[in-house]
Amino acid sequence: MTALERLARVVSWAVAAFVIIFLLTPIIVTLLVSFTSSSVYTLPPPQWSTKWFASLADKDGLWDALLLSLNLAFISTTIALVLGTTTALAVSRGRFPGREAIATFSVSPLMMPGLVVGVALLQFFRSLGINDAYFTLMLAHVVVTLPFVMRTLLAAFGSFDYTLLDAARTLGMPYGQAVLRVMVPALSPAFLTAGLFAFLASMDNYPVSIFLTDARNKTLPVKMLQYLEESPDPSIAAISSGLIMLALLALMLGSRTVGLNRMIQG
Amino acid sequence: MSAEAITASVSQLAPVAKERDRFALLALPGLLYLGILFALPLLILLVKSLINAEGDLSLAGYAAFFSDPFNLSVFWRTLRVALLTTLLSLVLAYPTAFAMVRAGGWILTLMLVAMVLPLSVGVIVKAFSWSIVLRSNGIVNQALMGLGLVDEPVRLLFTETALVFGAANIFLPFMVLPIYAVVRQLDPNLSGAAATLGSGPLRTFLTVTLPLTLPGIIAGVAFVFSLAVSMYVIPSLIVGERHQNLAMMIARAFLFLRNEQLGSVIAVVLLAIATAVVFSSALLLRLVERRQR
Repeated sequence: MTALERLARVVSWAVAAFVIIFLLTPIIVTLLVSFTSSSVYTLPPPQWSTKWFASLADKDGLWDALLLSLNLAFISTTIALVLGTTTALAVSRGRFPGREAIATFSVSPLMMPGLVVGVALLQFFRSLGINDAYFTLMLAHVVVTLPFVMRTLLAAFGSFDYTLLDAARTLGMPYGQAVLRVMVPALSPAFLTAGLFAFLASMDNYPVSIFLTDARNKTLPVKMLQYLEESPDPSIAAISSGLIMLALLALMLGSRTVGLNRMIQG
Repeated sequence: MSAEAITASVSQLAPVAKERDRFALLALPGLLYLGILFALPLLILLVKSLINAEGDLSLAGYAAFFSDPFNLSVFWRTLRVALLTTLLSLVLAYPTAFAMVRAGGWILTLMLVAMVLPLSVGVIVKAFSWSIVLRSNGIVNQALMGLGLVDEPVRLLFTETALVFGAANIFLPFMVLPIYAVVRQLDPNLSGAAATLGSGPLRTFLTVTLPLTLPGIIAGVAFVFSLAVSMYVIPSLIVGERHQNLAMMIARAFLFLRNEQLGSVIAVVLLAIATAVVFSSALLLRLVERRQR
């Protein structure tokens, strides 16, 4: 190894170490701040306390917002998984022209500015006279979740070996059973990853939701930004910590069942 | 994996049979959904921005937008911040991806967690955390004073530098992961072979390693740039109204000013930037892949 190569290696490790600290710092700081006894963000906290978590119990509108976000995320992810499965199946199994265009189009909302999609949907729904906030939020959140599902499922369906199904049938398995016992287990990690990221994308969405919420239907991100503008006390850090722990839980679930390395390959 | 690569691998797998064409029907529900609730609203937005108060087709909205020096300064600031964020992410991500490939055991796990955990934590939580870190009594200032680099707290929050670092912090995984994916597939024998043939390490890097990792760089740059150019939550929490960007102007136009014509015009400008990034990155990827074949 030459001196130059050794230098390059040292630099890459140094940068990587910085990146790990850089990425984890905000998360660790939030966790620490949420357990402070003080009402300002001082680090390290003067005294440890869970009072900001306790204060969440009667925080105005927080639980309604959380329930609405969970509801939207769960139902929109389910719809996206169904639509995503049929589309991915068509792209991977069909032999009609334009499949590449379909694949690109179905992932494209991922790259479009969320705020612009939100504005466009607001005008669209208004011109159709659809005013129900919950209904429009649900329709919009499927647009948010579908590209996440498509990205993962297209890759998974594309690399699935369909001759395995023929093999199972040759060995005497009925078609339905072959799908259930060969294809479903092989693709289930992809479904789990797709569903997880779609769910989180919906839970986190602000730029589309902000244009469709009304006074009674506020999603969690919209409510959180409102709290931050009104009174940025450590109760916001407590909400954030709760969400971080939820993400950690989801991640542990994902790494147990799918593996971290496989999850990021979507 | 790019859409092209997916369909390319797919066409090799699917056996030749006419009856397979009925699979096209399966694509209909998803296509109709995105067609009606994604493409159509964007198309209407585009048309509306081109129609003036009298109902005629005109570019007056755009002319008015681009002739205002304040709007122009916001336009250029948006592009500048997005570009700086993308560059900073790339500079940090590229060496990290190589370290990740060489890492193993708990170090690799730590690295993967550092990449994936922020991905699964919402952007509001991250931007908020970042604003705590940057406060005048925050951890960055404490570190700077502890190292003796500064004597008193420096104003970090509400500056453009803070915004670029904050945005890079949040978008970094989207740069690292695609580069990591291509670096992982590099054949370690290649650089050895180049060395045997008398190529120095710098030349090997420039002629072998860099071109082979270009698809990952293009994918990461395109994704991070399109995220950074349209970010809204991050600048709202880190710099506030003082340094507006295009996305904040759109939100203001619709939510506070109730000036929908202006909002639509800016929205289409932002849409045009995002579309240009998508198409040029797809074109570049195809060019790079063709050259390497």
